[in-house]
Amino acid sequence: MSTEARAERFPAVDWDGGAFPYRVGHRKLGMWLFIVSDSLTFSALLIGYSYLRASNNWPTPFPFYPSIVFSSVMTFCLLSSSLTMVFGVSASSRGDKAGARKWIFATIFFGLAFIVLHLIEWNHLIHEGLRPFFLPEHWVKVFTLADGTPPTPLFGATFFAITGLHMFHVATGALYLFIVALRVNKLKHEDIEISGLYWHFVDLVWMFVFPLIYIMSVDVGGHLAK
Amino acid sequence: MSAHEDAHFAGTNKLFISIWGWLVLLTFIEIFLAYRPMPIHFMLTILLGLSIIKAALIVAYFMHLKFERFSLIITLIPMLVICICLLFVFFPDSFRSSELRYKFKEAPPVAPAPAEEP
Repeated sequence: MSTEARAERFPAVDWDGGAFPYRVGHRKLGMWLFIVSDSLTFSALLIGYSYLRASNNWPTPFPFYPSIVFSSVMTFCLLSSSLTMVFGVSASSRGDKAGARKWIFATIFFGLAFIVLHLIEWNHLIHEGLRPFFLPEHWVKVFTLADGTPPTPLFGATFFAITGLHMFHVATGALYLFIVALRVNKLKHEDIEISGLYWHFVDLVWMFVFPLIYIMSVDVGGHLAK
Repeated sequence: MSAHEDAHFAGTNKLFISIWGWLVLLTFIEIFLAYRPMPIHFMLTILLGLSIIKAALIVAYFMHLKFERFSLIITLIPMLVICICLLFVFFPDSFRSSELRYKFKEAPPVAPAPAEEP
């Protein structure tokens, strides 16, 4: 069967290969693959955290203020930063480089606000006495079970490791976006779209960290305040 | 212009604002649920369900995957889901290690005072 006849019989599909089998450039595909691998890193950390939580007496120490209020505002900042980033990518697709730069700077602002709020929240907990392998003394008294089982000191290790790694991603994302904003006139639209992919991924991870780390550890009865 | 560069950016700002609104609303529902008395397994299921919906909205609209070729979607998503499911393989062991602890029926015993030498 001739090539022409074969092409007629089997119309081109996505799996035929060619220069762009996914209709995205190699850099964008590379970012997608990086995002998949980084998703697995965070998944492993969150599943490890869940493992420890299910097999130990886990303290639930977060009060409405400051922990839940701060983490909620941080969530709002990240969601808003994703919106400004998508506006930036949209402006870039129209060729509006100045608009793209403006929206990227707004994204960086929300990202930095997230980091500042997160550091204040960390500072509250560190002042209270939380360390990677030690709980504050009054937490131990309050959360020790009736049968004498003390709360696990691994709370601090999982909290600082997961939120710290996420904060590192936000910080590197803000730096990445700053460089993109400065070079926006020289970059192609796809490069700006790729930086947006990374930023949205950072937002996506927080959508799992916030409920699993913060919401699941709310001090509902106000035991620590009593 | 290469084939991948002429793909225009689909979706309007109105659509993106509505997605953002849904994400904020779902976050408020999560915070509200935190203060509702319910079994922890029930709460975990609802929170993870809401998180998966939020993640899907972000990936589909903000990360634009909904508007990409189906071959890209089918390459990325199933392998990620399968790998995450495989990470759960060791999870049942957490219940076993939890059960290994001695369950005291009353207050835990304290060490007896050393007997005095005659």
